[in-house]
This record gives sequence, C-alpha cells and structure tokens, in this order.
Amino acid sequence: MAFLTIQILNSLLYASVLFLIAAGLSLIFGVMRIINLAHGSLYAVGAYVTAWLVGRGIALGLPPGWLFLLLPLGALSVALIGIVIEPLLLRPFYRRAEEYQLLVTFGLIQILEDSIRFIWGGTPLSADALMDALPIIHIGGLLYPAYNLVVIGIGVVAALALWVAIYHTKFGVMLRATSQDRRMASALGLNVGLVYVMAFGIGCFMAGLGGAIVVPTQAAVLGMGIDALVIAFVVVVIGGLGSLKGALVGALVVSFVRTAGIQFFPELELAVLYLIAALVLLVRPTGLFGTA
Amino acid sequence: MKPDPNAPRDHSLARLAAAMAPVLLLLILLPTFVETYQIQLVTYGLIAAIAALGFNLLLGYTGLLSFGHSAYFGLGAYTVAFVVQRLGPHSMEFYILIGIPVVAIASALFGYVCVRHTRIFFGILTLAISQVVYSLALKLYWVTGGSDGLRVPRPALLLGLLNFSGPRGFQQFITSYYYYVLAIFVVCVVLMWVVVHSPFGKALQAIRDNEVRARFLGLRIRRFRWISFLVSGTLTGLAGILWVPLNGLTTPDVLYWTFSGEIVFSALLGGFRNFTGPIVGGIVFTYLKTYAVATTEYWQLLLGVVLVTLVLVLPTGIVGGLSTLGLRLRKGRS
Repeated sequence: MAFLTIQILNSLLYASVLFLIAAGLSLIFGVMRIINLAHGSLYAVGAYVTAWLVGRGIALGLPPGWLFLLLPLGALSVALIGIVIEPLLLRPFYRRAEEYQLLVTFGLIQILEDSIRFIWGGTPLSADALMDALPIIHIGGLLYPAYNLVVIGIGVVAALALWVAIYHTKFGVMLRATSQDRRMASALGLNVGLVYVMAFGIGCFMAGLGGAIVVPTQAAVLGMGIDALVIAFVVVVIGGLGSLKGALVGALVVSFVRTAGIQFFPELELAVLYLIAALVLLVRPTGLFGTA
Repeated sequence: MKPDPNAPRDHSLARLAAAMAPVLLLLILLPTFVETYQIQLVTYGLIAAIAALGFNLLLGYTGLLSFGHSAYFGLGAYTVAFVVQRLGPHSMEFYILIGIPVVAIASALFGYVCVRHTRIFFGILTLAISQVVYSLALKLYWVTGGSDGLRVPRPALLLGLLNFSGPRGFQQFITSYYYYVLAIFVVCVVLMWVVVHSPFGKALQAIRDNEVRARFLGLRIRRFRWISFLVSGTLTGLAGILWVPLNGLTTPDVLYWTFSGEIVFSALLGGFRNFTGPIVGGIVFTYLKTYAVATTEYWQLLLGVVLVTLVLVLPTGIVGGLSTLGLRLRKGRS
C-alpha cells in the first residue's frame, strides 16, 4: 500500500511540472494562436537559472530556508526573456504564413539550447540542496522527500491561481476577449499588444516555474528542453490545445501512464505515450477538451 | 500565397536540361582540378541537396512543415548498417535495393498517421515520431550500438566492378563515389521535376494554396498528402543510404531533432518556394556548417541566429532573393 502511495505521489509530482509547462504552451496558443516551439527550451532555461542561483546562494552562505526564494526568481527570469522575445521576434510574424512562425521558434530552440551549453557547459547542474533542506518523511515504512510534496502543492496552487486569473479577474476577461476576436477586442479599446506581451510573459513564467521546481529533484541536463516540448505536446494533444482543463487532465493522464510505464515497461514508456497521443488524435482530433 | 508571376511557363524537361547542362558539366569536370577533400565535401553537399529536395516536396509543394525528416534519413543510414552487419555483401546497389523499400514502408506508415493533421499538429507529430526513433536507436544498444553507432566499411560500386581495398583505396573511392552520387542526384532532380510538374504535383500545390477549393474540385486531399509524404520520406531516406558509406559510421545523431533542423534549414536557406532552392541550400549549408563547426563549438547557436535572421529578412532564400534581384535588374534595363 505504501508503495502504491509513493507511486501516486510521484505521478502527481510529475503531473504538477507537466501541467505548468503544458498550461503555458496552451495559454500562449489560446490567446495568440501561435505554437511556441521554444517553450520546452524556456523550461530548461528556468531549470538552469534556478540551479545556478541556488549554487551561488550556497556559495554566499545563504541559509537553506532563504534558498526557496530563488525558485520564483528563476521563473521570473524566464518571464523576462519571454517579454523580450515576443515583441522582438514573434510580433512580425502574426500576419504571415504559419510556416514562418514555426521556423522562427525553431530557430529560437537552436539559439536557446546552445546558449545554455555556452553559459553552463555540458555537465548537469543540480540544486539538490533545496531537497536536502526539507526533512524526509515516512510513508508506511518507506522514505519520501518532503520537497516532492511542496512541488505538488505548487502545482495545485498554480492551477488554482491560473483558473482564478483567467475566469475571475478583469485581466482574464481581456485575455479571453483577445483570444476570441483580436480585432474586435482592439476596436473596443483593448491594448492587444500589451495583452499579447502579458500572455506570453505568463506562459513563459509558468514554463520557468516548472523548470525551477523540478531542478532540485533532478539535475538540469542538456536536451531536457526538447524532451519537455515533446511530452508537453502529448499533454496538450490529449487534453486539447488552448484549454486549461485539458492541460490539467492531459498532464494527469501522461504522468500516471509514464509512472506505470517506468515500472512495467521501461524501454517502451515513451512509445506508449505517443501511442496514446496518436489514438486521441485519431479519435478526437481536437483533444478531450479542445476547441481549436 | 499568390502564384509567382515570373514562374516559368514552359515546364518541359528540355528547359531543365538546358538549365542544368552547364552546372552538370562543371560538376563532372570538378575532380580534375580540386583536391580529394573538396570532392568529399561536394559529395556531402549533393547528398544534403537530395535530402532537402525530398523534404521540400512536403514544405514547398504540399504546405506541410516536417520537423522529423531526420527519422527517414537515419532509417536509411541504419538500414545500410544493419545490412552490412547481418547480411554481409559490400555492394552499394544491394544497400540501395534493400534500403529504399525499408524507408518507403517507414514513410508510408508514419506518413499515414501524420497527414491526418496539418500545420502545427503535423509538425510536432513528425518531431515526436523522429524522437521516438531516436530514443529507440539510443536505448536498444545491443542492436544499434547505442551512442557509439555502427560502422559501415567502403562498399563496392557497380555490382562489384569497382573495389577499393588497395592502399590508394580512399582517394579512388571518394572520386568514384562522387560520380556515383552525382548520377543518382541527377536522377532524383529529374524525377522530382517530373513529379512537381505532373498533374499530381499540380494537385499538391492546389491543396497547399486552398484546401477547401481543392476538396470541392474532388481531390482526395489526405491521399495526395500521404503519397507526397511517402515520396518525400523515401527521397530523404535515399540521401541517408548514400550518406552512410561516405561517413563510414552512423550514430543516433542523424536521428536527433537537430538533424531535422539542418534539413529544414537547408531548404529555407536556398528558398523553399523555388524548385532549385533546396538544392542550392543543401550544398551551401554543407559548406556553411563545415565552416561554422571549424570556427566555433557553438555552431548550432550560429545556425539559429542565421535561421531567425533569414526568416525575418530573406524569407524567399538565396534562390528567391537572386531571382527577385534578377527581375529588378531586367526591369531596370528595359
């Protein structure tokens, strides 16, 4: 029973991170109608920046409790990158054919992935000091790091915050209005450009936060961004692009299947995920909750 | 997407032959006045051109952007390596004979799934499939050699007529193989020219430009896209088959997403709206990459910057840019 509990907790941990990445991707698509292929790489940047900050923090002798304040800082730095990228690189492409949007974000992957290698080198960067700062708890005789529970908590809080922000605030109304009809929103006096920057910034912040909270549990490595992009796409394909609920359900499905996969058929766990995504695409092309 | 007003009206093969003849003559004479290394580089360039030409049938003519063409290139390369390991005969013709059906079947299978979607879904689906193939090549190391890859020795050409085991085998192989690849390259270009100017090719372009109208005309859109995918993947796979004896080794690197990126890049660099664009792009890219790799460890970064700049400033690529320039000059004169 304890073993099962731990497997469920592991799935929820993974689902929290996946939700943060996929919801960001979905939010950006929902509002701006573009797919940011570099989204996974932004998640990787979040992980690297956080790990680097934690390393600096330890070198400066910060007490372990303070290190936790570095997590949102890592996420914010990614949001900052996003706020620069959107007007500079993406804005010229909204009116052009979709191929060009994909190509430019693909170029962005190449730039970000190699920049990571340039700045932090090829050795994995870890921030396990954060994991060690929290106690290890006992679950029915098995040991489990309490930090993982914090990650799950952050995932839940992020999902709730996003839901409140989109459905119960004035900004959310502006976001949804722009998403439904950009020109009408603009005609009604909304600053669409600002909404776009904000939406892209929030999406990037969530990707960065995903990277920030995952890096204490597993070191940041090269190539993690592409893996994340592909998995996040499986999530949004299952859940439906542009849907918050879809991102949540998709993240849960993918993480539970993956945890079971690692347990029972480790060589094929990725293949099974793609199989599920392919099945959903064949049966319901818009995903379970998608409208796009 | 407006039709190109300066597109050639006469699509006959004679026109292609006339345009290709001087270039071909130059390429045939090339080994007489450059050193072995340059010949090797041009051979790599021609192979990249074949891969990009195949890729562009999807992007330029069908309007589908694949981020996973490394899968077909890599499958071609790995098939040759498996044939060498399991079956033995060191004959290039044998490799091609086995390799082409394998990549054709793989393209048909993957394509069948991928063409159910267009636009971004198509892009990521192709990327996802190529990543699965990559991870399999990496994980099933007892079959694929893992990250060490598989070695492929120099094969005999023309049914064993040409063998390269002597002390000067390397130089002889490079020169002979150059002509071998050049011949196949010419066949591929002619074949592709025929395909894109056939009723089938016209149908693909109609689907690309207006899917709804094409459907009202009674075209079976999904089937056309599927066949286009099949031809495209097979041609890129053929490039992989030709590439591996030249490289002598195949590693999972040729299955990785960055390699798909290189194919996309080649097509874009030359200009994916032109027939000759990907050919020029493939050759120029090979030189560009060789230069970039020699200069900096972070050549991927360099390529990314060039790609973004290219999309922003010169979306029609080298060939597109040159033809616009040529048109302007002609207008200025008259």
